[in-house]
Amino acid sequence: MVEHRPWSDIIAYAILTFGVFIVAFPVYLALIASTHDAATVVGGNMPLLPGGHVLENYYRAIFVGGSRTSREPVGQMLLNSFISATGIAVGKIFISILSAYAVVYFRFPFRKTAFWIIFVTLMLPVEVRIYPTYKVVADLHMLDTYAGLILPLIASATGTLLFRQFFMTVPDELLEASRIDGAGPFRFFWDTLLPLSVTTIAALFVIQFIYGWNQYLWPLLITTQDSMQTIVTGIKKMLTTTDELAEWQLAMATAVLAMLPPVAVVVFMQRLFVRGLVETEK
Amino acid sequence: MANVSLRDVRKTYAGGFEAIKGINFEVGDGQFCVLVGPSGCGKSTLLRMVAGLETVTGGEIDIGGRVVNQIEPAQRDIAMVFQNYALYPHMSVYNNMAYGLRNRRMGEAEIKTRVDEAARILELGAMLERKPRQLSGGQRQRVAMGRAIVRQPKVFLFDEPLSNLDAKLRIAMRIEIRKLQRRLKTTSIYVTHDQLEAMTLADILVVMNGGQVEQIGNPLAIYQKPATTFVASFIGAPPMNLMPLQSDELTSQLAGHGSATGGEAGILGIRPEDFMISNEALEGGIALDLTVEAIERVGAETFIYGTRQREIQGIAANPGELPPGEVIVRIPGATAPASANWACRGTRVNHPEPSPGSASPAPMPPESAVDGFCRGCRGA
Amino acid sequence: MEKSAVFNSRLLPYLLLTPQLIITFVFFYWPASQAFWQSFLREDAFGLSSEFIGLENYQALFAQPEYYKAMLTTVVFSTLVAGLSLSIALLFATQADKNLKSAPLYKTFMIWPYAVAPAVAGVLWIFMFQPSLGTLARPLRYMNFDWNPLLNGKHAMALVVMAAVWKQISYNFLFFLAGLQSIPKSVIEAGAIDGAGPMRRFWTIVFPLLSPTTFFLLVVNVVYVFFDTFGIIDAVTGGGPAGATTTLVYKVYADGRLGGDLGSSAAQSVVLMVIVIALTAIQFRYIERKVQY
Repeated sequence: MVEHRPWSDIIAYAILTFGVFIVAFPVYLALIASTHDAATVVGGNMPLLPGGHVLENYYRAIFVGGSRTSREPVGQMLLNSFISATGIAVGKIFISILSAYAVVYFRFPFRKTAFWIIFVTLMLPVEVRIYPTYKVVADLHMLDTYAGLILPLIASATGTLLFRQFFMTVPDELLEASRIDGAGPFRFFWDTLLPLSVTTIAALFVIQFIYGWNQYLWPLLITTQDSMQTIVTGIKKMLTTTDELAEWQLAMATAVLAMLPPVAVVVFMQRLFVRGLVETEK
Repeated sequence: MANVSLRDVRKTYAGGFEAIKGINFEVGDGQFCVLVGPSGCGKSTLLRMVAGLETVTGGEIDIGGRVVNQIEPAQRDIAMVFQNYALYPHMSVYNNMAYGLRNRRMGEAEIKTRVDEAARILELGAMLERKPRQLSGGQRQRVAMGRAIVRQPKVFLFDEPLSNLDAKLRIAMRIEIRKLQRRLKTTSIYVTHDQLEAMTLADILVVMNGGQVEQIGNPLAIYQKPATTFVASFIGAPPMNLMPLQSDELTSQLAGHGSATGGEAGILGIRPEDFMISNEALEGGIALDLTVEAIERVGAETFIYGTRQREIQGIAANPGELPPGEVIVRIPGATAPASANWACRGTRVNHPEPSPGSASPAPMPPESAVDGFCRGCRGA
Repeated sequence: MEKSAVFNSRLLPYLLLTPQLIITFVFFYWPASQAFWQSFLREDAFGLSSEFIGLENYQALFAQPEYYKAMLTTVVFSTLVAGLSLSIALLFATQADKNLKSAPLYKTFMIWPYAVAPAVAGVLWIFMFQPSLGTLARPLRYMNFDWNPLLNGKHAMALVVMAAVWKQISYNFLFFLAGLQSIPKSVIEAGAIDGAGPMRRFWTIVFPLLSPTTFFLLVVNVVYVFFDTFGIIDAVTGGGPAGATTTLVYKVYADGRLGGDLGSSAAQSVVLMVIVIALTAIQFRYIERKVQY
């Protein structure tokens, strides 16, 4: 378009750059802090450029652990986060794809009821029912276990809804052709539907992995042992806000480590991530 | 005075692609100019440059005596009807039409007068309070036109407005647009890929191909005297038969017509309706032997598809042209002789051209004996 | 919307549904109904017996000033976070929507904060604003501004709001950008020809057409503040000072940690459930009646 607003593009660049700055600055500071030693960080005049203690800090964080409030090395916490996030993602995908398949491709009594039972779970996030759920998990002896971390969080219907929507867009003719070719429900699912669903599965995996990795309240409640902490809950335990002598540089190194996997997932799988986000929220 | 002049207008995109390669023409005040051509020829781009929706890389666009290259669309005093109507979905029909006037700070009373008048002309009175999604395609199209009319601009710009309508509606709307333009006397530039729309609407027809103008002129003149093989096969349906002839064929058949020079090969163009069936060559005409391949009877006419016995290999057809060797004949009436091999004789010849596949328009030959054959030998 | 081509097995669908139904029952319906039931009970100090007391828990709850304070905090918090993060995200989205050359690069940069856990975001911001060693706290000290989120409730709230807004910008940005790009370009061009400059085009054409997205994001942002900000609050202020940053969710957690008043905690949970259901119902209802353009 012929438009004489030369400053329009300049303003746009300025605003966007400012936006990127706002978004990046806290993380940048954390990165810097993780490269200095304790005295510099705590002294109140930390420089804005990296220092030389990168290896030392990260080594200590991952393998040795903070000396004061948390005795657990971050390596273990990273592992816990990883197991729990992957478990949540895989678990949710597994049960939702089966349920969605049942609800879409079969006719049976109480089909609609079953669907609504599952659908209602969308309404209440886990934070609303924390203590009763805690009691259930305790009664099942699942405190401080991976199962306890994972199972309650796969109970919501986001995956089922997503797969249902996707299955509705698959043409009927595919099923009819399969049946003519003699395929039963298993074959159809395994040979036809599953390959078609790969992108949707990947998108859901990305979203759920990030969701699972970033969980805070639930892991906080049900894990008491240090060895079962996830990295996200572990960070908080490394700090006490009144105590300036908490090891901030290690905490920042931990924060950086806590951010890396989900951010990597978002950046490298950006298209899948965006698609997953938009599809699950509709 | 609301004439539009394009002087050596060019457009090159950022990647280096030259979409418009130097266009020159002028549309007089009150004239209806149609830009026609195949997809990708640049006609929409050119229209959008006149509107100010695309920038101009070279040359000048002049509206009413004022060079508008650097002027924003809102200041050019133009109105545009888009292919998908581009109505404001969240506004009522009334507000759609009033929007442009409100932007120019016109008083509400005067806005109402203008909108009501446009609604009356376009028969939209009952729909002023409805939203676009509640209207049919034809109604939306009329609202789009109403939005253009109330502005009383210097120039109307139409970007394939009828493409999204069904065939019957298209014909009716075509007539409406023409009547409207005649009544309002506003200079109009109209883009279409449909050569029938082009022929029926235009005062001035501009045939474009590959970013350049192939021919400009009165529609009938273009029909009868196409300047290039492209124009010859693009305008007119079914397309003109373009037959490469060897020089000896030309010489022998056109002997005496003066414009064919001996020793050159050429392309002979004959429109399907200019053939008739005859057993012998008529005086001053060309005779061809055809093998009939298919016959289509559509009621008022019959189309006969055949191939010449002598074909010249290695010549590919351009879009809109017939495959090499294929000839279409169009005769009135519903019957055709049933015999298997029979001959058609032509009675009109277009001026021959230098060589097959030449892209530059051939200069018009001097007026000579190739013009002015009569068509009245039917039924003989 | 139903498929017409289906399988006719009798048993299989039930088998397929079983995993999800079991999990949903054990970890959703059972706890939710427990919460509901317990809100009508009072337990003794050892949890050995309980008595039915009807709505007494609720009455006690609504008589507590701390409860109203938590409600107020939640409302203030939601308004600030939703308002700020939506406006800022919209600003960024409109700039990114212009046909700039490096727009895709900016887009990538803007979306990754979504991947940061709220708790981690809280940690980052408390680090920046820690009164004695925070990098951004320094300029405040130079200006003799007594910045102390550990003691001053308003400062604490400001810090939590900033962290929450920071995290939420990228989510809103994504959806706004998608919404902007779904508006047909020709409608904007028609507006330009009709004499509207960029600002007028934005407010009279683009913004109204963006309203479904805006409404959707509004609801999502409010739900986000209600629940997902728990991590930020816990990391930054622990709900203090003196309850200044305690939202309804945080109160449920804190009360449960401290005392053994299961009844009150359950009642709070039920109240939260009702609020969320209402919000979600509004959202579904509106989206269903959403106008098709």
